[in-house]
Amino acid sequence: MARSAKQKAAEAVPLTPNRERPRQPERYQASKEELLGFYKQMLLIRRFEERAGQLYGLGLIGGFCHLYIGQEAVAVGLQSAMTVGKDSVITGYRDHGHMLAYGIDPKVIMAELTGRAAGISRGKGGSMHMFSVEHGFYGGHGIVGAQVSLGTGLAFKHQYSGDGGVCLAYFGDGAANQGQVYESFNMAELWKLPVIYAIENNHYAMGTSVERSASEPDFYKRGESFQIPGIQVDGMDVLAVRGAAETALEWTRSGKGPIILELKTYRYRGHSMSDPAKYRTREEVQNYRENQDPIDRAGKDLLALGVGEDELKAIDKEIKDIVVEAAKFAEDAPEPDASELATDVLVERY
Amino acid sequence: MAVELKMPALSPTMEEGTLAKWLVKEGDEVKSGDILAEIETDKATMEFEAVDEGVISRILVPEGTDGVKVGTAIAVMNGENGEASSPAQESSAPTPSDQQTQASPVELPKQQQAPESGTQQLTVAPKVAADPEVPAGTEMKATTVREALRDAMAEEMRRDGRVFVMGEEVAQYQGAYKVTQGLLDEFGPKRVVDTPITEYGFAGLGAGAAMGGLRPVIEFMTWNFAMQAIDHVINSAAKTNYMSGGQMRCPIVFRGPNGAASRVAAQHSQNYGPWYASVPGLIVIAPYDSADAKGLMKAAIRSEDPVVFLENELLYGHSFDVPQVDDYVLPIGKARIMRPGKDVTIVSYSIGVGVALEAAQALEAQGIDAEVIDLRTLRPLDKQTVLRSLAKTNRMVVVEEGWPACSISSEIMAIAMEEGFDDLDAPVMRVTNADVPLPYAANLEKLALIKADDVVQAAKAVSYR
Repeated sequence: MARSAKQKAAEAVPLTPNRERPRQPERYQASKEELLGFYKQMLLIRRFEERAGQLYGLGLIGGFCHLYIGQEAVAVGLQSAMTVGKDSVITGYRDHGHMLAYGIDPKVIMAELTGRAAGISRGKGGSMHMFSVEHGFYGGHGIVGAQVSLGTGLAFKHQYSGDGGVCLAYFGDGAANQGQVYESFNMAELWKLPVIYAIENNHYAMGTSVERSASEPDFYKRGESFQIPGIQVDGMDVLAVRGAAETALEWTRSGKGPIILELKTYRYRGHSMSDPAKYRTREEVQNYRENQDPIDRAGKDLLALGVGEDELKAIDKEIKDIVVEAAKFAEDAPEPDASELATDVLVERY
Repeated sequence: MAVELKMPALSPTMEEGTLAKWLVKEGDEVKSGDILAEIETDKATMEFEAVDEGVISRILVPEGTDGVKVGTAIAVMNGENGEASSPAQESSAPTPSDQQTQASPVELPKQQQAPESGTQQLTVAPKVAADPEVPAGTEMKATTVREALRDAMAEEMRRDGRVFVMGEEVAQYQGAYKVTQGLLDEFGPKRVVDTPITEYGFAGLGAGAAMGGLRPVIEFMTWNFAMQAIDHVINSAAKTNYMSGGQMRCPIVFRGPNGAASRVAAQHSQNYGPWYASVPGLIVIAPYDSADAKGLMKAAIRSEDPVVFLENELLYGHSFDVPQVDDYVLPIGKARIMRPGKDVTIVSYSIGVGVALEAAQALEAQGIDAEVIDLRTLRPLDKQTVLRSLAKTNRMVVVEEGWPACSISSEIMAIAMEEGFDDLDAPVMRVTNADVPLPYAANLEKLALIKADDVVQAAKAVSYR
C-alpha cells in the first residue's frame, strides 16, 4: 500500500534525466611495442623497489621508505597516457614508481633514497619528497591528502593559463578519508577543473583495512555528491588502467571537469619498510602474487602476441643491469656538502 | 516622549560612518522594521531600521554627512500617543543595559555609554618620522591601509597576468573587509575568485597553482580561520623549495587580518606572527602604516618565496601618507626607524607600533628620548637595525600585541642577549598582551591588551627612572 502510494508520487514528478557520464572504458588495445614498453616499465619499478628494500635493510636508505611493489600497473597504465611537458602529475609519499613510470632517471631517484648530492632533490628530500618540474612531476608529498588540494591547484593553473594540460592527482584509500579531499572535489567540479583523481585502493590505509575505515568502500562513488563521475578499474591490469586513462583524459580535456578513477590494486610489501603487515594473512598476499600479478599478466599477454620467452628473459637482464647501475651510483655518490645545509631555504636573498 | 536616534555601531571596529541617505523625512510615521536610513561604514553600506513605532520629529544630521561618530544623535523620534519608545537600533548593535537609565525627568533619556573596547588603546597613531628611503619632496597622499593594500594588489595584477586573488567573499562581495574592493570590476572573475568556505582546500589549491607557475594571492578572511589551512602554509608552501633541492618553488602570498579585532573574543583575536615567523622557508611581513602596507605587499607578490602577510583589521581604516611614485616597492627584511631617539629603543611591529609611538610621545614629555623601530618583516628579522639602535641607546623595550611566551619579543630579547650583551645597561623588558585567551568583556579586554602607559613604565624601568 505504502509502496504503491510512493510510486504514484514519484510518477507525478517529471523525470530528471541522468546527468552526462563518461563512457565505460575499454581494455586498451596495445601494440606489441607499446605493451613491451609497459612491461619494461613495470619490471623496472619492481626490480628498483626490490633493490631499494635491500638497501634499506643495509642501512643505506633511512627514514620512511614506501615500496610500490604490486601496484606497478597503476602508475604505468595512467602515466603512459599523459603528455610530458603539457600535463602534470602529483602523488603522495609512495612515489618511486610514479617517477620511474614518467621516465625519470633511476640513478637520481636511487641517489635521493640514499641521501646523496646527486639525488633528484640534492639529498634534501628523501624517499617521500621528490620532484621533477621538468617532467611536470610535482611530488612526492609526505602529508596524507595534501597532494589532492595541490593537484587541484595545478589543474587550476592549467585552466587559468589555457595550456590544455590535465593534472593527474594520485592518492590512496587512506587519503580518501581526509577532509581536504572533499574541499577539493567541491571546487574542482564547481570550476570544471581538468583534474583526474586517481584513487589507488590497495585495501589498507597503513594497517587499517578499507572495511574498518570507509563507510563507503566503493571509492569511485565518493564524488557523487559533488557530481563528479567515477569509474572503478582493475588496477592489476595495465591495459585496463590505460583504457580508463583514455576515458578520463577524454572527459577532462573536453572541459567537463574532474573525474575519479578508483584503481583496485594491492601492495605486496608492508606500508613502509618498518611495517610487519600483521593485519593481513600470508594467504591473501600469496593469492594476489600468484593469481593477479600485473607483470605476470602483461608477460602472458606478450607471449600471446608472439613475443618469445627468450626476449622476456633478455628484458629481465636489461632491467637488472639498469637497477644494479642505479644502486651502485647511489652508493658511490657523495653526500651533500655541509654548505648545502643552508641553501634553498629561500629562493631570494633579503 | 521623544527619543534620540543615535548613529549605530554596525561592525566591531566601526568608529564613525557616513549618513548616506535618509529614507524618511520629518513628520513621517514609522513602525518597527521600517528602514530609516542608509549608513556607509568602513566595510559596507548598511540599512538602519526602526525598532519601535513613532513619528520622526527632527532630523539632526543631514544625508551625505561624512564622519558621523558612533553614538551621535542623528534624529529625534516621538513615541506614538505619548508612549515611551526606545531608540532605534540596528539589530547587530550592542544593546546597552539600563543601569544608568533611571527614571529621568529630562525629556531625552540619558543612555548608558557603550562600553569602550580595549582596542581603543591600540589605535593611536601619532605622527611618524619620514621614511628615509623616500626622497625628500616626494608628493604624498593620505591613503587608508585598506586602500593601500588594494592598490598594491591592483598594480601587481596589471603588471603580471599570473597574479590572481582568491578567497572567501573577495569578488562579488568586494571583500569581507573591503580590501579587495573594485578588483572584480577591473580584473574579472577569472582573476578574482570567490571560493566556498574551505580554507584547507583553497590554501592547498593556491599552493599547487603557485608550484605550477602562477602567482596566487590567497586571502584568509582572518588569520584565525587559516588555522584550518596551516598545513599547506607550512608543509606545502614553506618547505617545497628546500626539499626539492631548489627545483620547485612556491611563490604565493597568504594574506588577511591578524591580531585582536574589537570585542570579538578569543577565537577571533590572535596574533600569528610568532607562529609563522618560527618557520624557515617563509617570509613573514606585518606592516603598520599605509606606505609600508603598499610597498611590502608589492614586494611580497613579486617575491619568489612564500609570504605570510599579516594585516591588522583595526588599522584598515586609518590613513597614512603614501608616496606618490610610479612603482613603490619596499625591501623585505628591513626594519624602519619610525622615530629616532637616543635614550631607549622601543621595538615593535604591526599595531604595536602605534602604541610604541604614543608611549614615545609621553616619554618625551618626561625627558626621555625614545627611538621607535618598526620591524615590518618578522622573518627574516632585521637584527642589524635593532642591534645598532641598542648600541646607541643601551636600553630596550619590546612591544607586541600578542602573547608573551615564544613570541617575537622573546626572540628580540634573545638576540639582544646573544649579540648585544655588552651594549645593554639594563635587562630588556617586554610589554605584551596578557597570557590569556582574549576575553570578550570590555573591561577585561582592556586589561588583556597592551597600552602606551605600560610601555612608558617599562621604558622608565629600563632607564632606571
